[in-house]
Amino acid sequence: MVEALIYVAAGLAGGAFLLALARFVKGPTTADRVVAFDVLTIVAITGIVFAAMFEGRVIYLDVALVYALLSFLGVIVIARYVERKA
Amino acid sequence: MGAIIDIIGALLLVLGTAFLFLGGVGLHRMPDVFNRIQVGTKTTTLGTLLTLAGAACLHPDWSLKLLLIGLFLLFTNPLSSQVLARAAYRSGAKKMATMVTDQFGDEPGDQS
Repeated sequence: MVEALIYVAAGLAGGAFLLALARFVKGPTTADRVVAFDVLTIVAITGIVFAAMFEGRVIYLDVALVYALLSFLGVIVIARYVERKA
Repeated sequence: MGAIIDIIGALLLVLGTAFLFLGGVGLHRMPDVFNRIQVGTKTTTLGTLLTLAGAACLHPDWSLKLLLIGLFLLFTNPLSSQVLARAAYRSGAKKMATMVTDQFGDEPGDQS
């Protein structure tokens, strides 16, 4: 039962990733795309935690932490660029 | 005892990823950029925190690193949301038809 629930949760996270990716492709303005990118990075952090659980290796959590740091910096930099260009 | 904690952790995982999925749905159903920022930030904060809590229930010895990731997300998520909203406002989203009130533009020191 626990295994099945973990697979259901991973499927839901994959669905969230696909929906945010569709908004990232479709988004009418640049701001929409940056919002979708923010959601994509956070869902990807959840995906890395799932990968750590499936593989049973704690080192992947360090990857998730560094990815959170870098994606946050990326979103801030892109938002500043959009703001400066206007 | 351990089995009960495992089931609670798996249910927390499903609940958290359900919130992430609802955030993905909301990105498509909301009409303009600011509503999408609200949906995309609030649901992902709650969903990721619940997912990390579920992972901490399933693997209790990983709790410290999961707590660190959760604290970092709690600090950075509202900040990126605020920067995104300001960038969307300054890059021309203020002229959209669905906006009802515009309190940021009424400030006397605003140069945008």
